[in-house]
Amino acid sequence: MLHAAALPPDLLERVGVTTFTSSDDAGSSALLPVPEALAGLFPEGGLRRGWTITTSGSSSLILALLGAVSKRPGWCAEVGSPLLGSAAAAEAGVALDRFVRVAEPGEQWASVTASLLEAIDLVVVHPPARAGVGDMRRLTARARERSAVLLVTGDCAGKWEGAMVNLRVTAQQWHGLGDGHGYLKAREVQVQALGRGAAARPRTTNVWLPGAGGVVSPARESAA
Amino acid sequence: MGGNLSNRAVRTLAIWCPDWPVIAAGGAVDQPGAVLRAGRVFACSAAARLDGVRRGQRRRDAQSRCPELVVYPDDPARDARVFEPVVESVEALAPGVEIVRPGLVVAAARGAIRYYKGELPLLAKVSATVSDETGYDVQLGLADGSFAATQAAYAAHIVQPGESAEFLAPLPIRALDRPDLADLLIRLGVRTLGDFAALPRADVLARFGPDAAYAHDLAHGFEARPPSARKAPPDLAVEMALDPPIERVDTATFVAKTLAEQLHDRLVARGLACVRISIEARTESGEQLARSWRHGGVSTAGFSSSAIADRTRWQLDGWLSGGIRSHHGRPTGGLVVLRLLPDEVTPDVGRQLSLWGSDFSGIGDIEQVERALARVQGLLGPDAVVTAVVGGGRELAEQVRLVPWGEPRETSPGDACPWPGRLPSPSPATVLTAPRAAVVTAVDGSPVEVDERLAVSAAPGFLRVESRAPVEIVGWAGPWPLHVRWWDDAAARKRARFQVSTADGAGWLLAFEAGRWLVEACYD
Repeated sequence: MLHAAALPPDLLERVGVTTFTSSDDAGSSALLPVPEALAGLFPEGGLRRGWTITTSGSSSLILALLGAVSKRPGWCAEVGSPLLGSAAAAEAGVALDRFVRVAEPGEQWASVTASLLEAIDLVVVHPPARAGVGDMRRLTARARERSAVLLVTGDCAGKWEGAMVNLRVTAQQWHGLGDGHGYLKAREVQVQALGRGAAARPRTTNVWLPGAGGVVSPARESAA
Repeated sequence: MGGNLSNRAVRTLAIWCPDWPVIAAGGAVDQPGAVLRAGRVFACSAAARLDGVRRGQRRRDAQSRCPELVVYPDDPARDARVFEPVVESVEALAPGVEIVRPGLVVAAARGAIRYYKGELPLLAKVSATVSDETGYDVQLGLADGSFAATQAAYAAHIVQPGESAEFLAPLPIRALDRPDLADLLIRLGVRTLGDFAALPRADVLARFGPDAAYAHDLAHGFEARPPSARKAPPDLAVEMALDPPIERVDTATFVAKTLAEQLHDRLVARGLACVRISIEARTESGEQLARSWRHGGVSTAGFSSSAIADRTRWQLDGWLSGGIRSHHGRPTGGLVVLRLLPDEVTPDVGRQLSLWGSDFSGIGDIEQVERALARVQGLLGPDAVVTAVVGGGRELAEQVRLVPWGEPRETSPGDACPWPGRLPSPSPATVLTAPRAAVVTAVDGSPVEVDERLAVSAAPGFLRVESRAPVEIVGWAGPWPLHVRWWDDAAARKRARFQVSTADGAGWLLAFEAGRWLVEACYD
C-alpha cells in the first residue's frame, strides 16, 4: 500500500486524499484536525475543542493550523492586526470565503472575539498590549464553553491566562536564496509545544513550513 | 386523507418570466446570453439554449458550444429590482400576489376569474397588461395549488380543476426542486412525479421524513403549502423606525439585516419557521407599501435569517429605485418605517442545536456563523467584517481585495491572468500594512543603494529594522524592479525589491524606493 506521506502533496490534493491524522469519524469530533506534520506536537494528535493556545513569532504556523481546520471544512476568523497574508493563507489551504477578518476591533476586541467564538471553529486574536486579565479569563472560558479553539498571538501571548499549549518556533532556516540570486523557496523550522496537563512534556518537531507548494511537511530530525 | 387535501388546493395563477436573470441583466430572448453563478450557467436565453447551452454547464463548455455567448454577472438584487414593475402590474389585476423568486409570482385566482368572467379572459388580460406595461414576455399557468400552477406556467398550460395529479404525473422527479431527494429516488428507479405519487404516503414519511412526505403531497397535486402552515400571531412582527429616512439602498442593507435577525430570533424562540413573509414600509408622506415573499414555493424548512434579509433588501431596492415612482408620480422621499411580518409560520422541524452546545457539524453551522458575524457588524459597522479575495496584481496590497461580509465575492477579469513581476510563491505570511523603515549596509558598514539602472552598490551585509540590533544577511536576491503605473506621473512609482534571509533564520521582503529601504513583508 502506498504511504500517503511519500506522495507529493499536490497530487494528494488532486485525488482528494486529505493528509490529516485524526480521521473525521464521530469519535474524534472533539478534536480539530492539524496538519499531519504537526500532529506530534499535541498529545491527542489534534487541537482539543475548548482549548486556548498561544503562539508567537510565526504567522506561517498559524496559517498551517487554519488550513487544516478550513479543509475540514470549518470556519476560521482573525481579530486584530497585522493581518495574516491572504495569498499565503490561500497557499496554506485556507478557504478564504470561510476565513473572516476583523482588522480593527478597537476597544471592542474582547466582545468581538467572544461573539466569534460562538460560531467559529478557530479564532485567531491579536490582543492589544494592554489586555486585562479579566478579558483573558473571560475569553478562555468562552472558548471552553462553546467548544471552539482560541489562538492568541502577538505580544501578550506570553502572559495569557489559562492557555493550554504554547507553540513557538525555536529554530528556522530559509532555503533557496544565494548571494544575489535565487528566491525564498522553503523553510525548515523547529516547533516546540509546551503546555499544561497532558501537554506538560515539551514536544518538538521539525517541519518544512512552508515546504514546496506552500504546504507543511515533515523534515529530518537533524535539520534546523 | 388525500381527498380532503385536494379539495383545499386553491385555484392559483402563476406568472413566469422565462430566463429572468438574463432578461433582467439586459439580455434578449433571441440573443445568446447567460448568467453564471459560481462558475456555472445559472440561466441562459432561449437563443443560447438552441446552441446547446444548458443550466449547470461550466463557462468554458457553454462558450465552446456558443462562441458568441454574452455572459452577464450574477446579481439577485438586480433581478428582484427589475422584476418589481411586473409584480405591480399583476397586483393591479389580482390581489394576494406572492413573489416566489424574481421571475415567478403566484396569485390566488378565484376572485379574479369571477371578476374577468372566466379563466381565459383572465389569462388574456394578465398577459396583455404585463407586456404592455413592462415590455417583458410572460408565460402563464393556472392550476390547483401553487406548485401545480408553477409547473403549468413552465408549460404554458391551463390545468382543469381536479386534474393536477394527471398533469403532474409525467413530469420528472427533479421538478420537485429537491436535488438530494431526487438523486435518491432516481437511484431507486422512481423517475416521475407519478411514480413517486404511487408510493404509499405512510412509507414515504417513515423512510424519507416529513419534507419528503410533503413533496409526496405535491406530486399528488395536493395543496402546495405546508399543511401545518398557519397565520402568525401578530406580536411576531418586527418594526423599525428609520431616522434619518432611508433613500438609498446601500443604507437599507444594514437595516434589512438587523431586522431580519430580530425576526428570526423571535421565531426561533417560539420554535417556528416562516414560510411567507410580508415586507411593509411607510414613506415620509404616508404611503404604505407592502409585498409578500413566499419561501422557495414549496418547502417546509422556512426562511433563514439571511434569506429574510436578502428578500428585504431586494424589495427595498425595488421600491427605492423606481417602484414608488411608478404608482405615485414623483418619489415622495425616503422610507420612515420598515416592518417585517411573518404571514405564515410552520413548526420548525429543521436543524436543532444539540444538547451540548454546537453540533460539531462544521460547515453546517452557517446559520450560526451568520448570526455571530451580524452581531459583530452590529458592534463595529458592516464594513468591519471582511473576507479576502486574492486576485491579480504585482504589488502585495493590490493582489488582495477585502470584501465586507455579505457582499458578493466577485473576482475581476485580471485575476486569472499571469502577472509578470509578481513574487514567486510561497507568499509572505505577514504583510505589513504600513511598511517599516530599515537600513541595509554592506559588510564594511557603507550604506547599500540601488541606482536608476538597478545596479546594487555593494552586496547587502547587515539588516537593521527600525531600532532593533542589526542582523547578518546570509542570502539575498534582487533587485526585482517594480515600476507601477508608469503611464501616470502622479501615481508612478519605481521600486527595487529584494528577498533577504538573515542569520537568525528569518526571511524578509525589502524594497528600495526613493533612496530609502523599507520592509514590505516578513516570511515568518
